[in-house]
Amino acid sequence: MEGFGSDFSAGGSGDKLDANTIMEQVKVQIAVANAQELLKRVTDKCFKKCISRPGNSLDNSEQKCLAMCMDRYMDTWNTVSKTYNSRLQKERSHM
Amino acid sequence: MDNYNNLSASEKAQAAELQRMIAVEQQKAQFQAQVHNFTDICWDKCMDRPSSKLDYRTETCLVSCVERFIDTTLTITNRFSQMVQKGAH
Repeated sequence: MEGFGSDFSAGGSGDKLDANTIMEQVKVQIAVANAQELLKRVTDKCFKKCISRPGNSLDNSEQKCLAMCMDRYMDTWNTVSKTYNSRLQKERSHM
Repeated sequence: MDNYNNLSASEKAQAAELQRMIAVEQQKAQFQAQVHNFTDICWDKCMDRPSSKLDYRTETCLVSCVERFIDTTLTITNRFSQMVQKGAH
């Protein structure tokens, strides 16, 4: 294990602050956090939609439901994102 | 932030540029967090049984859901600020 904080010096030129390296790491960390948030919410929503009475195992229809549910959740996320983005642009042009 | 007295001018410029870039990423992250919340709310409002495709009716509902949620936020915020200004409860 590398020491805590090694993330902040990796790839830089010596002890100099390398803005590009820092930005890469910031972006990666945000992307990971976003993926974790999405995963958590999809699991929560699709468990509610697809597993009405938990049995001994996930049966075939439940697995199919989960697969579709996850795909539709992604679609929903994208539709919401587009709608919110265009609304923000509209509001900004009115300011 | 102006705690950089020991830095050279170019290092200060670099630090300022870095701060600006981080602020941009922060804004993107905030946008995504908001999309997560809207998706959560509008999924519950609009999605019945997930099917093999996002149907037109559901998509229309999602778009309206986001728009009306934002309208609701604006309306409530305005009303609240009026309430505070009048000093009423």
